[in-house]
Amino acid sequence: MSKSLAIKWIVIIVILLGSLALIYPNYRWYSKPNAEREKLESLGERPQRILNLGLDLRGGSSLLLELDVSKLSDREPLNEAMARAIEIIRNRIDQYGVGETSITRQGEKWILVQLPGVANPAAAEALIGKTAMLEFHIVKNDTSAAEEAITKLESMEEPFDQDGALKPEIAKLLPEGYTIFRTKDGGYNVVDKTAKVTGADLDDAHLTMYGENGYPEVAFSFNAEGAKKFGQLTASNIGKQLAIVLDNTIQSAPVVQSRITKEGRISGTFTLDEARQLTIVLKAGALPAPVRIIEKRTIGPTLGEDSIKSGLSASLYALLAILLFMIIYYKWAGFIADTALVLNLVLLMAVMSYFSATLTVPGIAGIILSLAMAIDANVLIIERMREEKLLGKPIATIIQLGYDKAWSAIFDSNITTIIVGCCLLQFGTGPVKGFAVTLIIGLTVSLFTAVFVTRAMYELILTSNPKEISL
Amino acid sequence: MMTFFPKTNIDFLKYRKVYFTISALIFVLGIYLFATKGLNMGVDFTGGTMVQVKFEQSVDMAKVREALTQTGSESELQSYGDNTYAVREKGAEGNIDEVQARVEKALDTLNVPYVVQQTNFVGPSVGQDMTERAVWAIILSLVFIIIYVAFRFSNILWGTSGVIALFHDLFVMAVAFAITQREIDLVVVAAFLTVAGFSINDTIVIFDRIRENMRLHPRASLGELINLSINETLSRTVITSITVVGSLFILYFFGGEALNSFSFAMLVGCICGFYTTVALTTPLVYVWSHGGESRENVSAAPVRKAVEAPKTEKADKPAPVQTAASSKKSVRKSRRNRR
Repeated sequence: MSKSLAIKWIVIIVILLGSLALIYPNYRWYSKPNAEREKLESLGERPQRILNLGLDLRGGSSLLLELDVSKLSDREPLNEAMARAIEIIRNRIDQYGVGETSITRQGEKWILVQLPGVANPAAAEALIGKTAMLEFHIVKNDTSAAEEAITKLESMEEPFDQDGALKPEIAKLLPEGYTIFRTKDGGYNVVDKTAKVTGADLDDAHLTMYGENGYPEVAFSFNAEGAKKFGQLTASNIGKQLAIVLDNTIQSAPVVQSRITKEGRISGTFTLDEARQLTIVLKAGALPAPVRIIEKRTIGPTLGEDSIKSGLSASLYALLAILLFMIIYYKWAGFIADTALVLNLVLLMAVMSYFSATLTVPGIAGIILSLAMAIDANVLIIERMREEKLLGKPIATIIQLGYDKAWSAIFDSNITTIIVGCCLLQFGTGPVKGFAVTLIIGLTVSLFTAVFVTRAMYELILTSNPKEISL
Repeated sequence: MMTFFPKTNIDFLKYRKVYFTISALIFVLGIYLFATKGLNMGVDFTGGTMVQVKFEQSVDMAKVREALTQTGSESELQSYGDNTYAVREKGAEGNIDEVQARVEKALDTLNVPYVVQQTNFVGPSVGQDMTERAVWAIILSLVFIIIYVAFRFSNILWGTSGVIALFHDLFVMAVAFAITQREIDLVVVAAFLTVAGFSINDTIVIFDRIRENMRLHPRASLGELINLSINETLSRTVITSITVVGSLFILYFFGGEALNSFSFAMLVGCICGFYTTVALTTPLVYVWSHGGESRENVSAAPVRKAVEAPKTEKADKPAPVQTAASSKKSVRKSRRNRR
């Protein structure tokens, strides 16, 4: 064996062993029963570098949230607000405890939250979707204009528009600087438009199981700045009602008895679950602006499992059929091509595991395309060899020319397809991206296996000086 | 040696008018279908709500439909087989929980146990964004293909022909979806992209062969070169198509519902792709290179021009394209001939 051939084989064997080592954790992880995996996942003990299954394959739900940019504070740039919103949502979910969740920014003002295998997406959704805008407003029901507005409201159907803003025809009835909020029991209160103190001034929040009326309550404490502001607000409004407004609804409006600086309570007719959620969201902080769910996909675990099973077994049959066909049609050359194809699959899995890539249905499509192109590369090479063989050339020349002549077509077609993959990666969203990622990895790997590895195999065979290789 | 195609010598260009007519007819049919039936765009693009349920026993589709009409809202019902149905409300601004509750209430009246397998709610702005991004990704890809192929084959006509062939494949797929009224969702878009990949691959293989034959046979007419190249690569085209189409059939019949529309789209695209490769791409190059005249023997000028291709390419070649000694010699020879 020549030195260069020996080096080639060392490279191939090292890559193969490395790939198998990368794939092994996958095998260990996915051979565990479902329940055990879920348990380990919630403990955060999922191995790092393994393949993830997309929601379409394992079941779960994904939510796409849109941040209402029009309600952002002028002082906060969009990028900061988005980063903060993502951080806050992550805190909320972590405290609630729902396994492996991915929260990513998508586009300008969208946030994608993926909750794999969550049994109760509604609870998670309620948690994420709450703006948790806590505000304290002084109630101003006592003016005649306010009373007039409220009587008018009670005869109307819906004074707020879809986004929860007051409709203009109502707003113009009110004196300057006033607004209206709905109370929890369905009534209305006129209040000071500007909130002097907000949830941003909070330091901590905790749940009180049995409050004044037997309902759970949420107790909170202010930070230094908040305490100062709240002290001023309460001191100058003793005897008046103070509305505690959460997400545009008045939770309660107690009368201010004395100056309060440090702590407060939100009481109302909360259920235990509601109070628990409220505590979490207050602790994690308010979102910079309200979010709206603009896309929601839920895939039941049974569908995911079914589609994995039938999809995997069919793909396996298809692969076997291809392997068999290649051996029957191209004999030894077909066998070599098959070996390269299997190696291609192994390397692809290894690379995807290394990057903890997520496998989805479109991702499988990308793999299929890359495998087909790997087969095609070998068909091109073998057909070229056959042409040379018909011309009666010696075996070493046949192999040399087969590779040399097929190379430009293989190179060009792979590069063109990789270019397409890059465009899709740049512009595509979730599923299209999944396709592009597996396609690009697959094609890169296939340039190595379908050309470099197969050639090394032929050269190894040539060292024994065969008269002929069956093509 | 086992071969399906020993050595063929078919005059593929001879029937180019037939191919062009067939493609033109498909084009007209497609436009007619798009205008009358339209494409069944999924909620991924239109926005709306989809609820997919599976009954535990077989239920008559008409009964399911009847139950749904009681909801009073406009919904579409689609059967996926295996007692699985999808209910869609397209473009609805409503809330998924409301729609789902409404659908479940209606289905409860059938008194057949079922499970909700999948629910999708896509807001209109998301659907629009998805469509825009998909369109941009495709346009950008096509432009880059034209640029790359023009660069590698030193002729913009070739890249353009390749892109037209690609469009042709995608168009036929869209027609198939218009006829069957299958829903186009994101998975189907992935299939479209895959077929686009195949289509370019096929085109490049033939172009590559023409490029090589130009060097080997500098005196041959473009028509002869094209026919020779298609014949020489025919075996490869057939074998590759067999492996791909064969495995797609397996995926189509046994791949389960998640892969069904994907494999259907791929099957249509790949079968059509085979036809396009042989009958459309290179005849287009031929016709365009000659201004559409059907000359048996093309005058030397265009061939010469084409033969020059490898020379200009050598200067800015990014990769070892031609290493074979024989072809290098032929390039040199052809240059000498021109002098």
